Amino acid sequence: MYAVELKGITKRFGPVLANNNVDFSLKKGEIHALLGENGAGKTTLMRILYGLYSADEGQIFVAGQEAHIESPRDAIQAGIGMVTQHFTLVPTLTVAENLVLGYPTGFNLQPRQIEKQVADAAGRFGIEVRPSALVRHLSVGERQRVEILKSLFRNARVLILDEPTAVLVPQEVDVLFETLNRLRSDGMSIVFISHKLNEVMAICDRITVLRAGSLVGTVARAETSPHGLASMMVGHETFGVSREGQQAQGKILLEVEDLSALDKKGLPALKNISLRVHSGEILGIAGVSGNGQTELGQALSGMLRPAGGRIRVGEHDLTGASPDRYTAARVGRIPEDRHGGLIGELSVAENLALESLDPFTHSGMLDRKAILGNARRLIAEYQIKASPTDRTRTLSGGNMQKVLFARALSRNPQVIIASQPTRGLDVGATDYIRTKLLEQRDHGAGVLLISEDLDEVLALSDRIAVMYEGEVVGILPAEQATRSELGLLMSGAKRGTAASGSLPGKEAASHAA
Amino acid sequence: MQLSLRVERRPAPLWFRPLAPVIAVLVTFAITAVLVIAARANPFQAYYYFLIYPLTGKVSASEVLVSATPLLFTGAAATFAFSAGYWNIGGEGQLMAGAMAGAGVGLLVGGLSPWLAIPIMILAGFAGGVLWALIPALLRVRLAVDEIVTTLLMNTVFSFFVSYILNGVWRSPTSGWPQSPEIAASAHFPPLFAGYRPHLGLALALVVLAAIWVVLNRTPLGLRMRSIGLGMEAARFAGVRVERTLLIAALISGGIAGLGGVSEVAGLQFHLVETLSNNFGYTGIIVAMLGALNPIGAAIAALFLGLIGIGAQSVSQSLGVPVYLGDVVEATMLLVTLATLVLQNYRIRRA
Repeated sequence: MYAVELKGITKRFGPVLANNNVDFSLKKGEIHALLGENGAGKTTLMRILYGLYSADEGQIFVAGQEAHIESPRDAIQAGIGMVTQHFTLVPTLTVAENLVLGYPTGFNLQPRQIEKQVADAAGRFGIEVRPSALVRHLSVGERQRVEILKSLFRNARVLILDEPTAVLVPQEVDVLFETLNRLRSDGMSIVFISHKLNEVMAICDRITVLRAGSLVGTVARAETSPHGLASMMVGHETFGVSREGQQAQGKILLEVEDLSALDKKGLPALKNISLRVHSGEILGIAGVSGNGQTELGQALSGMLRPAGGRIRVGEHDLTGASPDRYTAARVGRIPEDRHGGLIGELSVAENLALESLDPFTHSGMLDRKAILGNARRLIAEYQIKASPTDRTRTLSGGNMQKVLFARALSRNPQVIIASQPTRGLDVGATDYIRTKLLEQRDHGAGVLLISEDLDEVLALSDRIAVMYEGEVVGILPAEQATRSELGLLMSGAKRGTAASGSLPGKEAASHAA
Repeated sequence: MQLSLRVERRPAPLWFRPLAPVIAVLVTFAITAVLVIAARANPFQAYYYFLIYPLTGKVSASEVLVSATPLLFTGAAATFAFSAGYWNIGGEGQLMAGAMAGAGVGLLVGGLSPWLAIPIMILAGFAGGVLWALIPALLRVRLAVDEIVTTLLMNTVFSFFVSYILNGVWRSPTSGWPQSPEIAASAHFPPLFAGYRPHLGLALALVVLAAIWVVLNRTPLGLRMRSIGLGMEAARFAGVRVERTLLIAALISGGIAGLGGVSEVAGLQFHLVETLSNNFGYTGIIVAMLGALNPIGAAIAALFLGLIGIGAQSVSQSLGVPVYLGDVVEATMLLVTLATLVLQNYRIRRA
């Protein structure tokens, strides 16, 4: 008997078939991956199980009994919990208060008592949280643990995790996996939605692959390999994209000297950063999330005014320049947050043209034919699945990212600042984006690649700079960069000698700050 | 069997969209019919006088156009600023500033031919609106001071300023009333149809609406403005100079409201009076929202509100219903239309 069984689930959104006659079964005490590219229907299927959507066709069985789940409340009563990518915690309440929120405890709240209950539950499930802590003081990983504990606190025996690692740094992923292993040995059944093959291979017992809304198959981990799963996901083998060969260093295209900047709260986020990106190279920026990479990307896109230092691109001094001057200096910029670079309510064609309207303006008027023609050309060239007049918000994440790349690269940039360019993308789109970055490098552009995906940094970069607490703590040539070496630098345990070696005279300044 | 319903977010099909305003009108009348009945009148009769009767006679139909004219201006002003996400609530004060500037020039241009006097006065009115919009706009783009508060408060400031001037230097020397002397005859807007009151201001308003449609939809400035209105940070990232664009949008919006003031002074009143504006600036916000920030929609909404204004008078004269019913209908209309615009993106389904 299965803990949960879905039979023949079909769900349509207008003309789109999100789930097509999908069967899915979850054993007691297993971690079961739901794997597929973005838009394959993974989340839709689990939202149906959790009562957020209702299926057009099909049946749901919980512990062998047919269940009618029409709302999350029904799902919770049936012992099903779900942790979505966007947490539903109240930041100003404590962990304990969040857990009992909406849970019948009577009129009178007794903080001590509920904190004790929560502490008991946390101990029972081996989840480390402090019940009296305010949620707004917690890291993303801790918040996720609170979300999981919230489901367990409501007696969930089936836990659905929607891309739980997307928001986590590597260390937090390890903690999450420990937690999941412990829950599995307690007999919990866990659905792990993901599109990351290595994670799925690391933790799951069985793997169900969806492609374009349909079931491709369910396999046991022992009987498959990452390559096998990849081919199930995309219908063809993917080999990944990586840099080949080393090029002689060209001239300096981007020069950052002693750059410092404050974050939104007014605290120092960048401290005396010095970097050089040469023609024909990719400089990767590695680091644990939150060590200044976001601010570096913003500062080099004109979105964050530096507090000190200089930014030079070729002949142009871009210190404190606005984004349009970056574009004029032929800097192609990919923002960390796709939605921060595209306007969802404008059409794809308008977004593609927005960065430089002059070529599309004749005697003060926009040339709409030229704008649409430009969009058609870029859509074909960059294989974007959209029509020029589509609202941009209707595009998938991968296609939005392609729109951003098309816009940035169509102006033949000499420097490219790419922040987390493949975050949240499926295998196909990731390969495509990486290929494009390498293509630009081979054509002589200088690429600054800011990524929290260490595999990506290792696969693409000619040199790797590591950021820790707003500083560059080391710059290594790719052939000297090993995971363990980078790990030491990323954790702040070690300062690289390469940083001072490659940029003499800067080290003293960074210590002075 | 239990009947359970759920609400799903799903935009209405295309064929439904034109029906939404019609439904809004019907719902509004169903709601306000309660008040009509309370005033002891027959709702169907009332709505005949409200909506149909004013259009049956040439004089009353032309009066609809007269009362819609200032709303066309203020609706255009609000539509323009709102498209860029600049919430200019100061149309009222900017309209009065335009009226004062226009009247001031109108007093001085007696020696000029109308071909010269009228354009100068129009420009002065535009400049007046721009100037009064400048302070909140600068506060917004330089110091990030919320424009909703400042533009709103500036209305009150200007209304006291007008009062001060009209009870001081501009007090009518003949009657002693708080109204300016009459503007020069050469500065009067000519009527559009001989013997009726609609004047050059109406034509100017329609030209302005057409112009802002072109600017918003066909020019780089318009695209930049809309991109800011729909996603300010993304627009900034794409290289749009947000502060500069907002400043331009705010000033043009103020200028358009100022034109509305000139139009009232030169087309209708021929004096500056304290009661020149019957909340036209605020009603312009309603016009812009009813028109869904589309200049064509704003034109329709302004004409419709003009009709309701005249209709309220005709229903009050014929059936003895209080004339304030017009205001109630207007407000109800706004709420129902906004609700319809939101609700058409959802549908109720059996779960």
